[in-house]
Amino acid sequence: MAEVWTIAETHNGSLKEVSFELLARGRALADELEVPLASVVLASHTREGELERLAAYGADIIYVAEDERFASFTVHSHAAVLLPLVRDHGPQIILAAATTTGRTLLPYLAVKLGCGLTADCTSLAIEEGTGNLLQIRPAIGGNIMATIKSPDHRPQMATSRPRSTPLGNMDTTRRATVIRVDPPSLSTDPVEVLGVRPFRDQQTSIEDARTVVSGGKGLKKRENFTLIEQLATALGGEVGASRDAVDRGWATYPHQVGLSGKTISPELYIAIGISGAIQHLAGIKTAKRIVVINNDDEANILDIADVAIIGDLFAIIPVLLRRLNERRKTQ
Amino acid sequence: MHIIVPIKQVPQSSDVKMDPVTGTMIRSGRSSTLNPLDLYALEAAFRLTEAHGGSVTVVTMGPDSAANILKEALSMGAERAIHLTDRPFGGSDTYATSYVLSRAIEKIGSYDLVITGERATDGDTAQVGPGIAAWLDLGLVTYVSSIEEATSTHLVAERLVEEGYQRVQVALPALLTVVKEIAIPRLPTLKGKKRAMASTIERWDAEAIEADRSRIGLKGSPTRVVKIETPKVARSCTIYHADGDEATLAAVDHLIDLLEEQQLLKEVHHG
Repeated sequence: MAEVWTIAETHNGSLKEVSFELLARGRALADELEVPLASVVLASHTREGELERLAAYGADIIYVAEDERFASFTVHSHAAVLLPLVRDHGPQIILAAATTTGRTLLPYLAVKLGCGLTADCTSLAIEEGTGNLLQIRPAIGGNIMATIKSPDHRPQMATSRPRSTPLGNMDTTRRATVIRVDPPSLSTDPVEVLGVRPFRDQQTSIEDARTVVSGGKGLKKRENFTLIEQLATALGGEVGASRDAVDRGWATYPHQVGLSGKTISPELYIAIGISGAIQHLAGIKTAKRIVVINNDDEANILDIADVAIIGDLFAIIPVLLRRLNERRKTQ
Repeated sequence: MHIIVPIKQVPQSSDVKMDPVTGTMIRSGRSSTLNPLDLYALEAAFRLTEAHGGSVTVVTMGPDSAANILKEALSMGAERAIHLTDRPFGGSDTYATSYVLSRAIEKIGSYDLVITGERATDGDTAQVGPGIAAWLDLGLVTYVSSIEEATSTHLVAERLVEEGYQRVQVALPALLTVVKEIAIPRLPTLKGKKRAMASTIERWDAEAIEADRSRIGLKGSPTRVVKIETPKVARSCTIYHADGDEATLAAVDHLIDLLEEQQLLKEVHHG
């Protein structure tokens, strides 16, 4: 009964939301295959109750390795635990998040384990008859969806795009078997983490944000970009930017959305003064809701928008800010 | 400091054809270009060798036409260019590709750094860089946004991650993947173009890199593309025209109602 595994991610002892999204995906696959679902946690420590949350969201087994060295991610410290663990237990599927961590760790493990890996999947399923994992991902800038499988190699590995699946139902009566793993001593890690410098101008990365408000060329100049910042604040979201806006220095690179920036799937994406080059659209195709504010009613971005306000953004945004503010005061 | 930069030829536009039988990309006959994200890897390598001495070697795996991107890299300042081209390489997935590139890097011999772009804009996997590091047992640092310090034994760099910038020290030799923030890429110079024209590109096949045949090409690739679909965008856009004050207010209120209805405003309370 080869298990299905998910690789949890933690930050300061707490599990990141994407860890539970992976369990939602993993649970569906494990049920289909009728095998146990395990979550693997590598952390410096786990807060009280965190492992129980993994059980509540569907893990049958939890492998935990706690060690100070896992306070920060290095691929070598993680691989040193995971490679022997995978070889000992022989899972048939390993899922990780398509984050900077997952997209570094999994390709490294895949080569070491001699197996296939599909990046940034937005859908996963079990093939009828064979039990193979069908890994579905957008490719070529989101213009095609490719279904990929790895029929002759185990484990089958995939990274799953954050926010591409809703969380499963929480059941606090569920219990999991916790298996403590002693991290093997790693003689030397070629990478030493010296520290983390938080972003100066954003709370969280745009990949993690539920709401992203982006500005483009239509803002005309740097000073006007504060409108985007104000709207993002009013909506509790983060600031995004088109490549044009970043190249003009109106926003820094961590804010860039699109093919040469970030691919994001927020609940709400608001594109302001962005015409929608294919490269930009590629970065937002999996957003749940797309709202456009633009003066051109033939802009490309309307093809993938749900709602658009066509008009002068310099007239529209102040009204929008005022109405949001009034609404908040009346609540 | 000797730096090896693996680069890739990608289709010019985001519109490419797929082979319905093998599920792999059809590249020939379409206009191709150097993967735009590889320009940042090249620039990072040039700046390091300019500051510390040394040279840059570029390597690519691809059909005959891929020689063009090697020429482009030579004209920007690379000293040596190696073209891995052989029919059995065709159809390689990221596992097989990283194997072929790692064999070539091994044959090139002594080096301090391998630098790749964050990912290629066609496949968009970001798997080949980390894969090469795994084959060669190199220290691996991904998403590098700046290099603070480089010596003959180590390098201090920052990585752009979800929480901010992670500062790391890595022992050399190592493999870095870099993001756009690292530097503004240079353009080829006329002098460089002339030099590139005069340079020869070395062509290596599977035998030259002593590749294990079971690990290359479609046969050596664990993954199979089984289906390609073009997703139909099912969104239908509701349009409000904000002409004049009244219409603007009405449009804004429609939008707010809609967002509220779909529970997309719930974070406003915290804002």
